[in-house]
Amino acid sequence: MLTFRLKRTFKLGIKSLWMHRLRSTLTTLGIIFGVSSVIAMLAIGEGASRQAQEQIARLGSLNIIVKTVKPSEDQRPTTQEQTMVEYGLTYTDAERFQSSIPDVRVVVPSRRISQQARYRNRKVVTEVLGTVPWFTDISPIRLLRGRFLSSVDMHHKQGVCVVDEQVVTELFAFDDPIGQDVKIASDYYRVVGITSVHDHQTPGSNITGSVPAAPSSGGANVGTIYIPLTTVKDRFGETSIQISGSSGANIERVELQEIVVKVGSVDEVLRIRRVLETLLERFHKKNDYQVIVPLELLQQAKDFARIFSIVLGSIAAISLLVGGIGIMNIMLATVSERTREIGIRRALGAKKRDIVIQFLSETLLLTLTGGILGIVLGSAIPFFVTYFSDHPTAITGGSLVLAFGISATVGITFGLYPAYRAANMDPIESLRHE
Amino acid sequence: MAGSDKGKTVIQQVDKNLVLNSGTPILVMQQLCKSYFPGAVELKVLRDIELTITSGEYVAIMGPSGSGKSTLLNMIGCLDRPTRGTYKLGGNNVSMLDDDQLSLIRGAHIGFVFQSFNLIDQLNVIENIEIPMYYQGFSEHESFARAAELAEMVGLGDRVKHRPSELSGGQKQRVAIARALANDPLIILADEPTGNLDSESGADILGILDRLHREGKTVIVVTHDDNIAAHAHRIIHLFDGWIKRQEYRK
Repeated sequence: MLTFRLKRTFKLGIKSLWMHRLRSTLTTLGIIFGVSSVIAMLAIGEGASRQAQEQIARLGSLNIIVKTVKPSEDQRPTTQEQTMVEYGLTYTDAERFQSSIPDVRVVVPSRRISQQARYRNRKVVTEVLGTVPWFTDISPIRLLRGRFLSSVDMHHKQGVCVVDEQVVTELFAFDDPIGQDVKIASDYYRVVGITSVHDHQTPGSNITGSVPAAPSSGGANVGTIYIPLTTVKDRFGETSIQISGSSGANIERVELQEIVVKVGSVDEVLRIRRVLETLLERFHKKNDYQVIVPLELLQQAKDFARIFSIVLGSIAAISLLVGGIGIMNIMLATVSERTREIGIRRALGAKKRDIVIQFLSETLLLTLTGGILGIVLGSAIPFFVTYFSDHPTAITGGSLVLAFGISATVGITFGLYPAYRAANMDPIESLRHE
Repeated sequence: MAGSDKGKTVIQQVDKNLVLNSGTPILVMQQLCKSYFPGAVELKVLRDIELTITSGEYVAIMGPSGSGKSTLLNMIGCLDRPTRGTYKLGGNNVSMLDDDQLSLIRGAHIGFVFQSFNLIDQLNVIENIEIPMYYQGFSEHESFARAAELAEMVGLGDRVKHRPSELSGGQKQRVAIARALANDPLIILADEPTGNLDSESGADILGILDRLHREGKTVIVVTHDDNIAAHAHRIIHLFDGWIKRQEYRK
C-alpha cells in the first residue's frame, strides 16, 4: 500500500511537471549547472593537487635537497673589471654531512654540466650528471638495461656512462647503445646502462621557485648522461667554471650543484633539516645554498589544495544555492496556481501531510533529476578540460556523493516552505479560489 | 487532550453497516452557532441551529444569499468547525476533532458534489474518481476496480481515459458524483449541482441523485432553485442564519 501511494505521488508529480515542461526544464537547469559546477570545480582542484603532490613525491619524501644558489648581487664583491666568484656547495660539505650527522642514510653529491654528446655523426646537447653509484637510492629513475655506475667505476675513475631513454632516441637511431662509445667534450665514454627519463626539470621548480641549479648554458638540454663523479672531477676539473657578463668576464666557480641527503624515516626529516642548516650556516656565509624539503612541500601542497578546493567548491555551491532559490520560486508559483486543486484534495480527505508530501515530492523530482543530469554533465566537463587544456582533473567518488547530497538537501530545504504553504491553506478559501 | 483522543478512537471504530439502517439519525446539530470576527464586531452567520437528519433522507437547504447556506454546507461537510454548540456526524463529535481527523471524516463520510465540478484537470476520469480512495488507503487494484465500476454506473464506462477538458458539463458532473460515491459516504452533499449545467444535463444529474436516494443514500442538496428543491422530501429554509421553517413533502 505504501509503495502504491509513493508510486501514485511520484506519478502525479511527473504528470504535473510534464504539464509545464518548459518551466520544469528551466528550473532543473539551475540545479544541473549547480551540481555539475561543483563536480567540475572539485575535479579540477583535485587534479591540480594530485599533480603537485605527484611531482613533489617524485623528489622523494625522505630526501632533503641542498642546492647551490648564486648569491644575490650585494653580497658579492663587485668591481668593474674581471671578477672571480666562488660559491656553492663543496665536496667538503658532502663529506661533512656524511660524517657529522649520524642518522643520515645516504649522501648523494652531484655535479651538472651541460655538454654536447656525440655518437658517430649525431650530436645532442645533454646534461652530464656527475654522481655516485647510490644516486639510484634518491632518484625514482629505473634501470631499463645494463647496469648503473658502480663503486669500481668510481674508484678507477672509469670512462663509463649511463644514458637515459631520451638520449638513446636522439643519438642511437638503430644501434644498440650498450657497449658503444659516446663522445662528451673531448673524451669517450662507454655506455653501460640505460635508465628511464628522470624528469628533474619539472618537479618542484614551479612550486619552489628555485633558480635552476646548474649554471649551464641553459636552453634545452636533451636527456641526461650519468658518469661517475670522480671521472667528472678528473676530466672536467675540480670545479665548473662559467664565464659570463657582457662588459668584463665574470668567472664563477662551483664545485657541486646539488647534495641530496636521504634519512631513515619521515619523522627524522625535519630534525635533520635543522642540523643541516646549522652546519651550512657555519660554513657558508654567502648564503649560496637552498634547502628543499619535499615532505614539507608535500604538506604545503596538500594544505593549499584543500583551500583551493574549498574556494572552488564554495563558488559552485553558491550557484547551486541560486538554483535552489529558483526552484523555490517556481514551486511557490505552482502552489498558488493549484490552490483550487489543493482545496479539492483537502475536501476529499487529504490531510495536511498528504499535501506536503505531494509538493515536496515534486520539488525532489526536479532537484534529483537535476542532480543526476548534473552529475553526468559534471563528469563530462573535467574530461573535456583535460582533453583540450592538458590540465589534469580527477573526479572523486566523494564529490559525486557530495553534489548529489547537496542537490537533495536543496530540494528538501527549498521545497519545504512552498509545500508547507500549500498544506496550510484554508480548504474553504481554496475551493472558492478561481 | 481527551477530546482529540476520543475523536480518534471513534473514527477508528467506524462501522458503516451499523449506521446505514434507514431512520437512524446520522447528522445531529444542537444549538450550533458560527461566528466570524472580521473586525471588532462579531458577525453571526449561523444562530442556534437545531437539525437532525436521518439515514436515507433527501433534504434540500434553501435560502437567499447571505442566509448562511454556504456556511451550513461547510459545517455539514466538516470543512469548518462550529463556534458554539455540537455537531455529531455518524457518532463523531466534529466540534472536538483536529485538522487531521476532520480530513479523515470528510474522506470517509462525505461525498462532495460541487457547482463547478472541481475535477482535477491533469487526471483522467478514473484517476479523478480514485482520489478519495487514495487518501483512505485503498489498494491499487481495489481502487481501480471500484472507480471503473462507478464510472460505468454513471454512464461513463467508455470515457474512463478522458481528461475533464474533453468532457461536457453534464459528463463532468457525473464524474463528480461517481467520485462522491467512491468511499460509500454517509452523506452525498451537493452544492448547486445543476448551477453550471443546461436544463437537459441538469435534469439528468437530478435523475441520478433521485436514483441514489431510492437506493438508500442520504442526499443533501443546497440550492436556491425551487424546482430542484422539489425533488427533496424535506426543505429547510434558512434566513439570516436561522432555520426559518422546515417543509415536509409526500
